[in-house]
Amino acid sequence: MAVTKMPQSASNPQKSQNPVSSEDFSLEALRRGDPLEFARLVDAYSGMIYRLAKRILQNPQDAEDILQETFIKAYNALPRFDGRSRLSTWLYRIATNEALMLLRKKRPPTVSVDSPGGNDADDDGLPLQIVDWCCLPESELMSEEARRHLERSIEALPETLKTVFVLRELEGLSVRETAQVLEISEAAVKTRLHRARLALREALTVYFKERLPQVS
Amino acid sequence: MSPSESCHHLLDSLSAYVDGELSEALCRELERHLADCEDCRVVIDTLKKTIELYRETIAEPEVPADVRARLFQRLKLEDYLD
Ligand SMILES: [Zn+2]
Repeated sequence: MAVTKMPQSASNPQKSQNPVSSEDFSLEALRRGDPLEFARLVDAYSGMIYRLAKRILQNPQDAEDILQETFIKAYNALPRFDGRSRLSTWLYRIATNEALMLLRKKRPPTVSVDSPGGNDADDDGLPLQIVDWCCLPESELMSEEARRHLERSIEALPETLKTVFVLRELEGLSVRETAQVLEISEAAVKTRLHRARLALREALTVYFKERLPQVS
Repeated sequence: MSPSESCHHLLDSLSAYVDGELSEALCRELERHLADCEDCRVVIDTLKKTIELYRETIAEPEVPADVRARLFQRLKLEDYLD
């Protein structure tokens, strides 16, 4: 019963998420600990939780631990789940909190305290690099090296921007659901996503401007 | 060089513009500005391209089979592994 099994080659992650919705589960069965229903739930949401944890913690072993902890917590808390939020939202919130807690334990907050994403009102993150690299050939834009640079740039985003970016852009959650998972306002989701995008644009510009034909 | 002060407040709305969520009035204001401002045009074009690139190239894997097996074991769901 591999509900979430997707072709490994799926190139568009937007298409490979949430193959089932919360409505497909019997809350009543989940609350009384029905193992078959719980196994379905695990298969439906473990992909998303694993990817999210891996992005936040940058380590497959930690991601696996978070995956396990999330479902153990969920199993124990299900009898008290009030059903006011969607099951998926509730699960992602448990996973995000677990992952961020582990991250803070492993990496004291000295790194992210001054991050521009920490304050939604400040004016950091303005574009500094004004170079038009859109004209580069596809082979350059889509090269394996460029993709790796993009991956590293996503990893380097401050944690507050990265969580929004991953939920909203890579996993395809709505603004509203992202806000509910992270317990922040929808305006904050939009601001942080905008900053994340600008930061990635900046990083790609630094990378691609070296690859533009030199004109003197 | 970096964009002038007059560009800054428009830059905040670029994501909304790209996502098609900007009000009509702000949209017109932005487009008027873009017509005269090469720098902002470059920022918006490269921003759009950035979004296109991560949507096209960042594909993330499903849970590896061994990770899934250990998860089911930990949850005492071995009987439901497949
Ligand atoms: Zn401008």
